[in-house]
Amino acid sequence: MSFYGEVSGVVFLSLFISVTSTIIASMAGMVLAIPIALKDFRIKKYIIRLAETFMSIPPVLMGLVVYLMLSRKGPLGELGILFTPTAMIIAQSLLVFPIVFGLTVSAIGTRGRKIKKNCVALGAGRRDTLILIIKECRVQLLSVAAAGFGRAISEVGAVMMVGGNIRGETRVMTTYIALETGQGNFNKAITIGVILLLVAFMVNFLLHGLSKIDEK
Amino acid sequence: MLNLRSKGRFKELLLISLCIVMAFTITACSKKERSMVLATTTSTQDSGLLDYLLPIFEKDTGIKVKVLAKGTGEALEVAKRGDADGLLVHAKAQELQFVKDGYGSERLEVMYNDFIVVGPKDDTAKLKEKTPSDAIAAFKLISTSKAVFISRGDKSGTNTKELAIWKSAGIAPNGKWYVSAGKGMGAVLQMASEKKAYTLTDRATYLSMKDKLDLDIVTEKGSGFLNQYAFIRLDDSKNKIKTKEANEFIEWMISTKGQKLIGEFGKDKYGMSLFIPNAKK
Repeated sequence: MSFYGEVSGVVFLSLFISVTSTIIASMAGMVLAIPIALKDFRIKKYIIRLAETFMSIPPVLMGLVVYLMLSRKGPLGELGILFTPTAMIIAQSLLVFPIVFGLTVSAIGTRGRKIKKNCVALGAGRRDTLILIIKECRVQLLSVAAAGFGRAISEVGAVMMVGGNIRGETRVMTTYIALETGQGNFNKAITIGVILLLVAFMVNFLLHGLSKIDEK
Repeated sequence: MLNLRSKGRFKELLLISLCIVMAFTITACSKKERSMVLATTTSTQDSGLLDYLLPIFEKDTGIKVKVLAKGTGEALEVAKRGDADGLLVHAKAQELQFVKDGYGSERLEVMYNDFIVVGPKDDTAKLKEKTPSDAIAAFKLISTSKAVFISRGDKSGTNTKELAIWKSAGIAPNGKWYVSAGKGMGAVLQMASEKKAYTLTDRATYLSMKDKLDLDIVTEKGSGFLNQYAFIRLDDSKNKIKTKEANEFIEWMISTKGQKLIGEFGKDKYGMSLFIPNAKK
């Protein structure tokens, strides 16, 4: 395989895995976080502390947990998905989920409550209230998703462990950089490093653009 | 008007990206190619041997080999848990134990090369002069002169060999001069080059990276430097693994064609074979 063929495959896979896990984690994280942000109850404080703790979980630790779960000797071993992109998506989704959850709770907070009050006053149902809050706060929610994506695309520990850095199969940009640096191929490592930065820039630019469209 | 249109565009974008993701998931799931996972050592990957052999094997059999390059110790653990279909490693004692414990049914030698001791170009501990071929004496000299030595420190085949040499020399290496890196062969060679240190390496990885390193061979070709690589047929009674594909790969590697290709690898670039085939027929 030519260098360019390999590089584009690596970049593509990176994007695919990180975008997919960001979408999964964002949907789950936001759906769970918005109701919690709007309500006050006794264990809320602890849930938020827990989420904040998991926000800073080292990717390698998440990698280890997912590895043990998916290994053929593990509880989900029957699936046979260790060392596949699916395993990488699972690990990254689990990494991104607490970030989306925690940030959504704090982003929605006061503004969400105001909207809720108005909705209740106008006699809107629960579902309508939720939809309205999502619509009104989409700029914040998009930047939450962007933060989650940043975590996913840049981490190396978890994808290295559960993906195995298999060429053409589970090799993503970060593991590629680690491998090529180990082999002394700094040129290749730097090339991918620059692409990684460009991708991050483009995604943020795109998300920013989307929120601009909304503000108009 | 503008507002409505841009909102529509926003939804459209979301919808399109969702469709793309789904399409990928579906194609990824429906792809039915024959493949296997080979757990192997970093040296077979870092030296470029597998990158050279696997495309030819895939053309011959249609089987895609997914390479997990780990240290031998980790590769054995991965295989024990049933997460690999094939195993190509280089630490005989550990391999025999693995077979004895019932995880594998047979050990098949396939090729060898040799270990060498490399060190900084100015050779501060004078190994080239005093111990050109004796591994044990070389290690003794490194420890008495407290020259920095980088150990793989990862239970790999090379690490196992290194520890065996220290043991034969009657030295328990520790102290500031002994650095346990916990990295693959390529990364350790880099580190040795940066720190002007000595290390034990397989010849193949060293030769394939030589141009990027400030390291020379200081001790080589003595007895006890043999580095034998072997396949292990894994036991499939406990785990669902792809024994058929793995066996096809083993047969191909020990066939006349596979052995010839192994022997030819590196000749054009380095003027010598990096691995010498020695499968028993």
